[in-house]
Amino acid sequence: MSVEHNCETCPVHAEMAPLGATVEAFDRVVALAGNPNTGKSTLFNSLTGLRQHTGNWPGKTVTRAEGAFQFAGLRYKLVDLPGTYSLLSTSDDEEVARNFLLFGRPDCTVVVVDASALERNLYLVLQVLEITDRVVVAVNLMDEAKRRGITVDTRSLSRDLGVPAIPIVARTGDNMMALVGEVAAVAAGETVTQPLRSKGTPAFEHAVTTLVPMIEAAAPGIPNARWIAIRLLDGDVPVEEALASGRLAELVARQQAPDARFSRKIALQGAQ
Amino acid sequence: MSAPIATTPSDIVREAAALRRSLDAGFREEVVTSLYGEVERLTRRAVQDSGSGPLELDQRIDRIVTSRLLGLPLMLVILAVIFWLTIVGANVPSQMLASAFFWFEDLAAGWFTQLGVPWWITGFVWHGVYRGLAWVISVMLPPMAIFFPLFTILEDLGYLPRVAFNLDYLFKRAGAHGKQALSMAMGFGCNAAGVIATRVIDSPRERLVAILTNNFVPCNGRFPTLIMLATVFVAASFPPAVASLVAAGSVVAIVLVGVLFTLVVSWVLSRTVLRGEASAFTLELPPYRRPAMARILYTSLIDRTLFVLWRAMVTAAPAGAVIWLLANISPGGVSLATRTATFLDPLGWAMGLDGVILLAYIIAIPANEIVVPTMLMVYMTQGRMLEIESMDALRTLLVDQHGWTLLTAVNLMLFSLLHNPCATTIITIYKETLSVRWTTIGALMPLALGFIVTMLTAAMARAWFGF
Repeated sequence: MSVEHNCETCPVHAEMAPLGATVEAFDRVVALAGNPNTGKSTLFNSLTGLRQHTGNWPGKTVTRAEGAFQFAGLRYKLVDLPGTYSLLSTSDDEEVARNFLLFGRPDCTVVVVDASALERNLYLVLQVLEITDRVVVAVNLMDEAKRRGITVDTRSLSRDLGVPAIPIVARTGDNMMALVGEVAAVAAGETVTQPLRSKGTPAFEHAVTTLVPMIEAAAPGIPNARWIAIRLLDGDVPVEEALASGRLAELVARQQAPDARFSRKIALQGAQ
Repeated sequence: MSAPIATTPSDIVREAAALRRSLDAGFREEVVTSLYGEVERLTRRAVQDSGSGPLELDQRIDRIVTSRLLGLPLMLVILAVIFWLTIVGANVPSQMLASAFFWFEDLAAGWFTQLGVPWWITGFVWHGVYRGLAWVISVMLPPMAIFFPLFTILEDLGYLPRVAFNLDYLFKRAGAHGKQALSMAMGFGCNAAGVIATRVIDSPRERLVAILTNNFVPCNGRFPTLIMLATVFVAASFPPAVASLVAAGSVVAIVLVGVLFTLVVSWVLSRTVLRGEASAFTLELPPYRRPAMARILYTSLIDRTLFVLWRAMVTAAPAGAVIWLLANISPGGVSLATRTATFLDPLGWAMGLDGVILLAYIIAIPANEIVVPTMLMVYMTQGRMLEIESMDALRTLLVDQHGWTLLTAVNLMLFSLLHNPCATTIITIYKETLSVRWTTIGALMPLALGFIVTMLTAAMARAWFGF
């Protein structure tokens, strides 16, 4: 695993450009997750510029914001997920975030955490790591943490989590290039991550490995059967229903569909 | 495993259930515990808190504001100060507005008479519709223009999440959601707004509890009634220097009764028709912010004050017309208002009130603001709403001429807390629940409670204190 920090001397520095919502097609999809009040929106704005496309998630009154930026010749679409503390409960916000991570197949997920309240923020990070490998942790509000006498060792964090952790100050744009560089590397598969996943008791692991092949057979192409298996063992009723009604397979398909629709909308906006 | 792999979804769910049973009963807790342990370990390794950073001012304030010992009393004091400022500050402007409006009423009615317009048109337009509007504006505008900005300052400052934090413990005990404290706080402004504010509650069960109990806190339209009763009956026997304090204190007391009913009814609901546990939620205490005064004035005056006032005016105009008609159509020499009031008298007596008060509440279903003017209008023989020039005159009218006692005042305060929501709130409940059944329960349950409670107090007062 390489966690080298690209910095302002990086040759591709000049190639990072916010595109707002003007791009017609995308090379990569990046999801932005995080607790509320972590500066997620500030980061989103500074990466994409002020022209964004906002709408609702299909069937929900949860705002969906999308924007785009260009980096090293590739076009990235950034999807701002609702701010949540976990992915477990049944609120609309958490369901939207969880479904996108599970079935939207982002090429990379950035989890924004508050450096001054790392402990509270890490629950979400671990839950995201259960779902997807391709994660970069953006440790934001480093300046505020410093002011309170808190220092965060992002190297240690990165080592423990098994994914890159980049210290940033989204408000001032500090270290943003390093973050974007790492997102690009993870999305391209150049940085190989080894996400920390808690191992349960042997009985639990046995139960999981029994279920995984069954789920994969029932819903071909399912991105994360292990996660579904854990939710089933946990008695997660919405997941059970999604599986039993065949909606799980449908969800996999549907998460791609709105993407296409949104891209078209954004393309139309760009043409105006 | 040699067993064939089942591939239908229901097989998988069944298999998962079987496997779950084979696991330790506590495996779910184990998973959560290990997650928490993992997070704690990671944090210990990555974070160095030198502890040298100054304890933020925010945190120091929060230690006091959300402390177990001082949190609730401090909240009550803040509430009392807001009511006191509202009562004291609204008095003079209200009187001035009333004088101006009623001066114009007489002037305009005089013009109509001079122009030879029939008396019933003059009466209907100026002594009915206009007078209803004038009363609502002069009674409601000044207190709202003081109460709403003060409330918005607290909101902007970031105090409301602390209120939710302080009350969470109580609401949780009642089986309700801690954020119900927030929708309840909104209810003090307007119950319809409070019902909409329950959207912050995720669980449908707890949201329904919050919707059904929102009406137990008095809204802005009901405060004038409470303030008048507190001033005329409770505070009148105290020296003038402390009278306004006593009045504010009694309004706080009645608010506390409302909060008590909210908690008790939530408790009963979540143990009967809406059974379930209180769900856990994360409440972030945002940093305190310096309130932006210009924005506060704008939102509280334009968005709230004028919005509520407009709504009140829209309902007060037709209500003023109805009152005038009831009081002036007199088949057989007795006005419809008097006839209805006489018919309602026995029920009113049982509740420690009288028929006129009940009639006023029926006419005031569209908007609670016009309860007091309607009552006074029927009491007066002139057959139209009158502005009472001083509180002493009001006291003379109610006590000496119409036999009001302390029991009447107390029960009217209770009934103004416990009765059906206004029409706007009922419509809002329907829009939010999309259920006729829950809307009906939301409308009738507080009314039934109002009947029971006032009848009990009346019976007790009569048996023990000889009222």
